[in-house]
Amino acid sequence: MHALANPTRFLRIAKPATDWLLLIGLALAIGGMAAGLTLSSPDYLQGETVRILYIHVPSAWLGMAGWGGIAAASVSQLVWRHPLAAVAGRAIAPAGATFAAICLISGSIWGRPTWGTWWEWDGRLTSMLVLFFLYLGYIGLAGAERERGGEGRIAAIYGLVGAINLPIIHYSVLWWRTLHQGESIGLTGSTIDNSILWPLPLTMIGFTCLFGAVVLMRIRAQLAETKVEARIRRMSQ
Amino acid sequence: MNPWPFVVGAYSVAVLLTALLVIWAFASMRRAEAAADALTRK
Repeated sequence: MHALANPTRFLRIAKPATDWLLLIGLALAIGGMAAGLTLSSPDYLQGETVRILYIHVPSAWLGMAGWGGIAAASVSQLVWRHPLAAVAGRAIAPAGATFAAICLISGSIWGRPTWGTWWEWDGRLTSMLVLFFLYLGYIGLAGAERERGGEGRIAAIYGLVGAINLPIIHYSVLWWRTLHQGESIGLTGSTIDNSILWPLPLTMIGFTCLFGAVVLMRIRAQLAETKVEARIRRMSQ
Repeated sequence: MNPWPFVVGAYSVAVLLTALLVIWAFASMRRAEAAADALTRK
């Protein structure tokens, strides 16, 4: 981690990585969505609406993983004072918020024909909505702190406190058995038939690569902006 | 109930928001790096 603290060294790796993540992400996400829409089997109970799974599951994973990344960056900043940690946290937040929003919207659209309702104050839905609002709060707080010349410690503490919501989202389907179905995909296997499941790894990896590319692009943008600000400050002295 | 408008609607939202995110991140990166390069050349 500390080997990447030097921005020059970081950019040497980040520049080619951005292009590769973008290309692989686009290819897999588009391929996976096309396969999910046309080639996979419909579900015997849900019918064609099961196809929403191929965008809903990756967006849920990325919404949660994004906050996991913010929490890791927060620890890195508070404990080791890693110079890129605050930059990484600010870079992750818009991408995480976008995928949390996609998860909420796609879930709501799936819910209407399947459950007969657009929204229910169910444990999983509500905790995911809380995550989306946490992202908005983090974006506002980290941005305001940066403008005031702060090191981002308040945002880092907020990022760590907000991580309490991650196990709540994960276990919500076990703690409150209301509308959202239980876990159907785990580390050891899945209850979904392979004829339906197979495009999912494509969209999972594809959207994850796109998420990684967006985070790297945001870090690069912030490093360049910091460079410009420092130069202007030096010139004005 | 015809499921396809819901499926198409969900995919449209996902593609649109992801595309906006990628384009915004790419454009802001190019703009910032171009400004930094221009300042270095001065």
